[in-house]
Amino acid sequence: MTSQAKTAKSRFNYIDNLNLIVTPVFAAILIILAATVWNYSEFDQTTENILRPSLLISQLWETILIGILSSLIVIAVAVPLGITITRRGYPGLKTFLVDSLGLAQALPAYGLIVVFYTFLGTGMPTAIYALALFSLLPVLRNTIVGLEQVDRSVIDAGRGMGYTNLQILFKIELPLAIPIIIAGIRTAVVINVGMAALAFLVGAGGLGETINSGLKLNRPTAIFIGASLVAILALVLDFLGALAEKYLKPKGI
Amino acid sequence: MSDVLIKLENIEKSYTPGEPAAVRNLNLEVMRGEVLVLVGPSGCGKSTTLRLINRLIEPTKGKIYLNGEDVTDINGSQLRRRIGYVIQQVGLFPHKTIAENIATVPKLLGWKKEEIDKRVDELLEVVSMDPEVFKDRYPKELSGGQAQRVGVARALAANPDVLLMDEPFGAIDPITRDRLQNEFLRLQQDLKKTIVFVTHDIDEAIKMGDRIAILREGSEIAQLDTPENILTEPADDFVESFLGSGAILKGLTLKKVRDIQLQPITTLKAPVLRDKAIQSINENNDSFAILLDHNDHPLRWLDERALNRTNQPIEKSGRPIAVFIQPEDTLQDALSAMLQSSVGMSVVVDRRGKYLGCCTIESLAKLLVHESPVK
Repeated sequence: MTSQAKTAKSRFNYIDNLNLIVTPVFAAILIILAATVWNYSEFDQTTENILRPSLLISQLWETILIGILSSLIVIAVAVPLGITITRRGYPGLKTFLVDSLGLAQALPAYGLIVVFYTFLGTGMPTAIYALALFSLLPVLRNTIVGLEQVDRSVIDAGRGMGYTNLQILFKIELPLAIPIIIAGIRTAVVINVGMAALAFLVGAGGLGETINSGLKLNRPTAIFIGASLVAILALVLDFLGALAEKYLKPKGI
Repeated sequence: MSDVLIKLENIEKSYTPGEPAAVRNLNLEVMRGEVLVLVGPSGCGKSTTLRLINRLIEPTKGKIYLNGEDVTDINGSQLRRRIGYVIQQVGLFPHKTIAENIATVPKLLGWKKEEIDKRVDELLEVVSMDPEVFKDRYPKELSGGQAQRVGVARALAANPDVLLMDEPFGAIDPITRDRLQNEFLRLQQDLKKTIVFVTHDIDEAIKMGDRIAILREGSEIAQLDTPENILTEPADDFVESFLGSGAILKGLTLKKVRDIQLQPITTLKAPVLRDKAIQSINENNDSFAILLDHNDHPLRWLDERALNRTNQPIEKSGRPIAVFIQPEDTLQDALSAMLQSSVGMSVVVDRRGKYLGCCTIESLAKLLVHESPVK
């Protein structure tokens, strides 16, 4: 290999791995900040009450649960839906779905959760369903784009050699679309974890409760700790997504 | 063995009812072991016709027979695994290694792993690529020419009888294209596959085809014949205009020097006396002679004026003969040798370099005029 090619390759790798470096750095800074605030602030009785470790842990767990479950619903719905409407014969359906889901995303998440509340009442499922609808679009759109960007001549060659339609989907189209689909899923996960902070509105718990208490009782330390935990969680999950993107991406592309 | 391997019977393909069909009532027979080239202007339906054969496009009407068997209604994927397919864009799977790409059809057919590995190595050798170097590479690491070699290897993987090639060398630079064409022709001499080859380039068609089908709009066959017959007897104005000017010159590439009658010219064997040389030139009514060495290898052109210049030994008189042609060379080579030579003739020698005769513009003209239609 020439030295020129080597340089180009190593630079490419550096850019490729940039998001694997930046995200943990931000997460680390936030963790250090939060830990510093936690250790060196004077907590009054109210703050101490809000920031009870057992309470924080259960809220963190609720946030994770809401974020992950709503993301799983998104994946289970949006990926098959994206596959279906990129098959032949559904051009109208594609436009309709992308447009109407764009509308769902244009609504404030707050409003969407409240709308779901009027139908489903309080509880975690309400928050999960609302968030799933809210973040459906990025995954659906990336699934469609990912599948449609696959070089037509590659599919033609596959068909010409005797791949069935299912084999073309699973052996050619999906492997080649995976990086883009995962990028969409990452976006959805980050949205869902961030928005899970609103789940307390419908009594679904989560770190939103700590932030809300901090706001109501005017305890900035509590607000900061609660918000930091949400952000750290989002960054960690995004980092895991970046890792998945790197290692699930097929070699050769 | 010239039985029909592929037969299209009254094939019709229309995309939208009411509009003229893309392919109208096509009847085509492809013989076993031949290269049939479909050539025509863009939009004439030649690619559609090719894709109708392996049913990538389903015909609206008509029947397709492969080796006598009606394949119009059998499972399309199963059919395509029996037919090699090469396209202009190559279409290698970017996420699979070269070996995996070549293994595609054998894997679909359920071959054993060892068998597949062996076949991959074998095929890479066939297309002149070192298996050890290329097997584990990915398509993005290949040049265009290498990629198409792999594309051909992939199409040959399960040893199909039939190969469909859609402008396979169309996207490759002219020098590499020429090399790939030549390699492919050499390969075909051994493999004897039945090949349907689509191109828009009439020169490529003439070079590659055993027979050529010139198509006009709607995939209607304007003429189906050997390259020689098409060049010398174009069926109509459309074919003639498609061949373009210089059809006769293109025809020169199809004929060999051995097809024409060589002109005898006075030869002198060295060593020879000056007076004797002049005398034999005059006797034969030639304006010059060819000086041969003791092995009958032609050395120089000698004319009377050179012979009269007595200050030089006879072996240094006249002009040297720079270019020789052999009976296996094409008439185009003969013509270009003629234009390069100082006397307007090309000297034909056998494989060992022995003098056989001369090729003149008259002998070329006789052949071509004789075969050309009266204009």
